[in-house]
Amino acid sequence: MKSPTHRQSAAATQLLTPFRCHSLQRRTLFLRLGAACLSFFLAAGAASPAAITVAAAADLKFALQDMAAQYEKQTGNTVSVTYGSSGNFYAQIQNGAPFDLFFSADLDYPRQFEAAGLAESGTLYQYGVGRLVLWVPANSPVDVARRGWDALRDPAIRKIAIANPTHAPYGRAAVAALKSAGIYDQITAKLVYGENISQAAQFVESGNADAGLLALALALSPHMQQAGKFWSVPAAAHPPLQQAAIMLKSSPNKKAARAFLEFVKSPAGRAILEKHGFSSLAPAAPPAKTP
Amino acid sequence: MNLQALLLSLRLAAVVSVLLLGISLPLAAWLVFGRWRGRFLLEALVALPLVLPPTVLGFYLLVLMGPRTPFGRLCQALFGHGLAFTFEGLVVGSLLYSLPFAVQPLVSAFRGVDRALLDASFVLGASRLRTFRRVILPLSFSGLVTALVLSFAHTLGEFGVVLMVGGNLPGITRTVSIAIYDSAQALDYAAANRLALLLLLLSFTALSVVYAVNRRVWSPWSPR
Repeated sequence: MKSPTHRQSAAATQLLTPFRCHSLQRRTLFLRLGAACLSFFLAAGAASPAAITVAAAADLKFALQDMAAQYEKQTGNTVSVTYGSSGNFYAQIQNGAPFDLFFSADLDYPRQFEAAGLAESGTLYQYGVGRLVLWVPANSPVDVARRGWDALRDPAIRKIAIANPTHAPYGRAAVAALKSAGIYDQITAKLVYGENISQAAQFVESGNADAGLLALALALSPHMQQAGKFWSVPAAAHPPLQQAAIMLKSSPNKKAARAFLEFVKSPAGRAILEKHGFSSLAPAAPPAKTP
Repeated sequence: MNLQALLLSLRLAAVVSVLLLGISLPLAAWLVFGRWRGRFLLEALVALPLVLPPTVLGFYLLVLMGPRTPFGRLCQALFGHGLAFTFEGLVVGSLLYSLPFAVQPLVSAFRGVDRALLDASFVLGASRLRTFRRVILPLSFSGLVTALVLSFAHTLGEFGVVLMVGGNLPGITRTVSIAIYDSAQALDYAAANRLALLLLLLSFTALSVVYAVNRRVWSPWSPR
């Protein structure tokens, strides 16, 4: 005869059985669900059209939009672009941001990546030269096209937006241009700094600043063309804004990334860049000193 | 060490927390003791900055401060310049941004006051204002301190709104958080670290004060 404790424990087991059964079923259910999810994600990851991620300087906003749309139509690959200041991306990529390609607004950052071994060597490509414009809203009383630099001395211009020169190439170019025009010291009090060239544009476009030194590529966008008028800053006023792209060593989709870079270099890609204000050749003129 | 940015942030936080206390006292009192049934709507409105990303507030502020809105034109007329890229503009933004941090502690403190004491005060002939001053406020002391310290600390740590409407002007709108961001962007991690660590310590101290007051650590009786 079994001891009462035994009987009790047997009874307890019996009592517990349905629960245990239940929990077992539940567990298999979860396992199955998990396996289903996993296979779904794996399948999604292995799907043939590749997706590449691009970190791009803010002045490329409209050019790359066109470029990506055409490229996607041609190849079926998808391109997602993150826009920001080149310096910002430089710091992010150094710390392992998972981008395939980096389109900088200058030549230095990509070169530094190459030197540091963070980029695929031989992939550096100078896709164009950026230009600076002096932009004012359409209703501004100041005639920038006629007055050029002098417009900035106008009392109606109280705030001038530029990109932050500490980490945005267009900001550095703006400061250099203002200095070479000899008016930097007179207007420093008027300067406000956008986090990148897009934010500088946003400051003027919203009317909070009265003028801005912006990228030609942004000024040529349909919206900005409608909202304002601009004067092209002479190319010799600042060191040329040679802009380059590079493929990152950590890129998970090297094949697709290379293909996109090839598309940028192709005549179709070049045409898009020209249309958006990136000239293909660096101007031979050396950086001008004081005129 | 970017002392200028630190001083600017402290000045901004001081101005904002004092102004906010002035705004929040009547607002919280009305939210708790008012009679309008729709007060919950205002309560939700006040709490909005808690859940909205600073970009929403920054974006609307930038548009609002521009010359195309009546508010922007009013500021233009009042100050002779727009509010964006100015210290005043940051104050306006921070007032909105930190409002719930001042109002909510006050609301919960006022709610905690025993209604019987208010009735007693009214029965003894005290006016509503006198009751507020002599009964409610003293009993809500810890709520007051919490409101003041939290709005101070929160303004000190504000980033998104300042980035969107500030324009990064040294001494005017380049606050500590922006200076940290700039240093990190320029890969000057040492400078970023110095300021960030200081901000961390300041914030920790502020929060410690809040919790200490709420636990009545300094009270001579009944330490909880």
